[in-house]
Amino acid sequence: MADISSNFLGIKSPNPFWLASAPPTDKKINVLRAFEAGWGGVVWKTLGSQVKNVSSRYSAVNYGGHKVMGFNNIELISDRPLNINLKEIEECIKLFPDRAMVVSLMADNDKKSWHELIKKVEQTGAHGFELNFGCPHGMTERGMGAAVGQDPDIARMVVEWVMEAATIPVITKLTPNVHSVVPTGKAVVEAGTNGLSLINTIQSVTGVDLNTLVPNPYVGGKSVFGGYCGPAVKPIALKFLTTIAQNATTKKVPISGIGGVSNWKDAVEFMLLGATNVQVCTAAMTHGFRIVEDMCEGMSNWMDEKGFKTTTDFIGKSVDTITHWEDLDINYHHIANINQDKCVHCGLCYIACEDTSHQSIQLQYGKPYNTYSIKEEECVGCNLCQLVCPVDNCITMQEHRVAPEYINWKMWQAEGLPLNDH
Amino acid sequence: MIKNNRLTVEEYRQNFNDIHPPFETKDAAMVEANRCLFCYDAPCIKACPTSINIPKFIKQITTENIKGSAHTIFLSNIMGAGCSKVCPVEKLCEGSCVYNLMHEEPIHIAKLQRYSTETAMANGWQLFKRKENTGKKVAVIGAGPAGLSCAHMLAREGVDVSIFEKEKKGGGLMTYGIAAYKVTPQFCEDEVNYITGIGGITIEYEKEWGKNIFLEDLQSKFDAVYVAIGVGLARQLNIPGENLEGVEDAIDFIYRLRSGGYSNVPVGDKVAVIGMGMTAIDAATQAKRLGAKEVTMLYRRTEEEMPCTDVELAIAKLDGCKIIWLAAPAEILGEQGKVTALKVSKMALGAPDASGRKSPVATGEEFVLDVDMVIKAAGQTAFETLVTKAALANNSGKISVAEKSVTNIPGVFAGGDCVNGGKEVVDAVQAGKDGAEAILHFLNGKN
Repeated sequence: MADISSNFLGIKSPNPFWLASAPPTDKKINVLRAFEAGWGGVVWKTLGSQVKNVSSRYSAVNYGGHKVMGFNNIELISDRPLNINLKEIEECIKLFPDRAMVVSLMADNDKKSWHELIKKVEQTGAHGFELNFGCPHGMTERGMGAAVGQDPDIARMVVEWVMEAATIPVITKLTPNVHSVVPTGKAVVEAGTNGLSLINTIQSVTGVDLNTLVPNPYVGGKSVFGGYCGPAVKPIALKFLTTIAQNATTKKVPISGIGGVSNWKDAVEFMLLGATNVQVCTAAMTHGFRIVEDMCEGMSNWMDEKGFKTTTDFIGKSVDTITHWEDLDINYHHIANINQDKCVHCGLCYIACEDTSHQSIQLQYGKPYNTYSIKEEECVGCNLCQLVCPVDNCITMQEHRVAPEYINWKMWQAEGLPLNDH
Repeated sequence: MIKNNRLTVEEYRQNFNDIHPPFETKDAAMVEANRCLFCYDAPCIKACPTSINIPKFIKQITTENIKGSAHTIFLSNIMGAGCSKVCPVEKLCEGSCVYNLMHEEPIHIAKLQRYSTETAMANGWQLFKRKENTGKKVAVIGAGPAGLSCAHMLAREGVDVSIFEKEKKGGGLMTYGIAAYKVTPQFCEDEVNYITGIGGITIEYEKEWGKNIFLEDLQSKFDAVYVAIGVGLARQLNIPGENLEGVEDAIDFIYRLRSGGYSNVPVGDKVAVIGMGMTAIDAATQAKRLGAKEVTMLYRRTEEEMPCTDVELAIAKLDGCKIIWLAAPAEILGEQGKVTALKVSKMALGAPDASGRKSPVATGEEFVLDVDMVIKAAGQTAFETLVTKAALANNSGKISVAEKSVTNIPGVFAGGDCVNGGKEVVDAVQAGKDGAEAILHFLNGKN
């Protein structure tokens, strides 16, 4: 059996699955339920000055009959009094000493407020801090959250204040509401943050109610931009994560991966692209804490199959496979193949290719079932047919190299090779 | 003993309840609609005689465009609601769904079609606007599926249509000849009203060709005539005892059931049903559900050759009907003019006949079934005398047509069961569309 225990900046947890700073980690009752369910750790919902929330707070994007493909929220940081939060954090640590307890912070924008907050929270026995430089709504208008994370200089300054006072590990959480997370990432690493986490939520409008004509979430006839998360944001999160894992400065610190992690496979993908552990919120909010059971079992089974004994055996293993476009091998070519024994004649590959790609699929009329086959000389190997095919392994991409040697775009240009192959 | 009123009101209600219940909720319809793969050039469309764009109407359910969904269905099949209840979908659209090839449950197309069309009917959505009146008038004989379908398409194109119907209600076999647990008389009436709701269509009831309407009159008063009289006469067994009390035609039996109220329809204790088509199944299951103690179905060939679908056979079996394969009626025995037993010949399969099916041959062995009622469901024959008298070219009563609906008499068109000898409702609807197209072509040519 693989060892899925995790060590993030010395903060140990029985598995690499933490609950992200969010409603599920707002109260002792939730956190105890999470620990009982088996979560490795939590990042307690952001503490700061007293706020007030509105209702409604959430909205979602459903797709193809599935609920909550994407999720957004306009909830602020914890709206419970600080002393209650501190007391409950301490109690949770005592009840579950083997779990990670990291506390998210967002103090008012001055050094004194940060120092005071850090001091109070450290007294609970918490294992680490996560700085909320990412919340995209409500707090930004007050110069906090994403307003800090979007400006590398401000972020650097705040981290410097934090590092003066903090005696436990500090993780800085980055906002994706920027063209690149690297400038802020670099600034906070240079300012001394011990680790990074990303992504926070993405500013969004999930949709407009076609009866009221008011977007969601609905608050008394109005709405605001909310922070988007859930399965829909995973690809964006993986991209930002990769840029941090590849940058010479930011890759020096461990990264906690966040953004649409819903199951063990998502978690493994984040870890392959450089995350030491992952944080989960939406999946737990939509299905409850019980999802962690399969996350642990699935990761462990996968590690056994792959021969990985500990998580460090595979963390970051895929980072270097993401390269620059101009370094890709132009001589690599593959062609789709339709397995006629598996084909159910739905025609989805045909219409996708015919209408929107390269007219590379032959339709042979039949009643009621047409036969579809690949015109190999026309196929550019784009994968579209394979992506739309409803049958597992019916369409496969088969390698047909143009030439044996590796040649990339830069070499191609340097050699003056012909460009137009139509 | 043959008697009526065998069951309680509640038993009748249960026995004749919808056999294929609709989606109870929008959520349920959505889950099913979302399963549809939205195939291109979909097999289900090709398997539908009216070529309903099934993937499109299902997609429209998922986008909550129910009006659009119903329009898509009615555009191809104005009896889309009725067909969703009576079509043998297992051998048509659902039978060809690609999920069958994945060994998965096919999409419940009929149920989804019912969802959209019944929503449209319940809301009274008239989804078609008539074109400007052309001043043309067409007479349609028969308010069954072919006649109604033809009339609706003509009305859409700005033609005024008068339908002449011998019964008191429209719908044809839909109203009078199909098991009550598939469609209720009320639904059939609603469907007729929904179809005629487009305007420009009048139905004159109790007008029977050869009795109080005549082809020559219609030809002189209208620009064209569409003959959609269906088939009517039950095929005779031509065996001794056929005139005994207790021998019934399946169509008459179902007709009485559909028009007279369940408790008024007498049924025997032990009933034999001759035949294994859809009507035979309907008659057998209805007899059982009226309270017959024992229903035995006899078919002279085997399960391989039976005309009904496996799904229909399963309904009969689940209802407790006994099936005897390779059994042909030889003689109906009686006492005091009433049926007491059925003498049956044991058959064997011989060489293939003209239809390509192995023909049954008598083995010489016989047995006797103790029955007090015999329902004949060995097919129906066309109105040969009627059409021959009218000088319509025909083949054993089946009206001969060119280009799907053009008869030998100029300006007279025909379609549906009276041409094909008896097929599904959905085939008749398509025939009506073909007829309307031919008539429009003819009317335009006349200008």
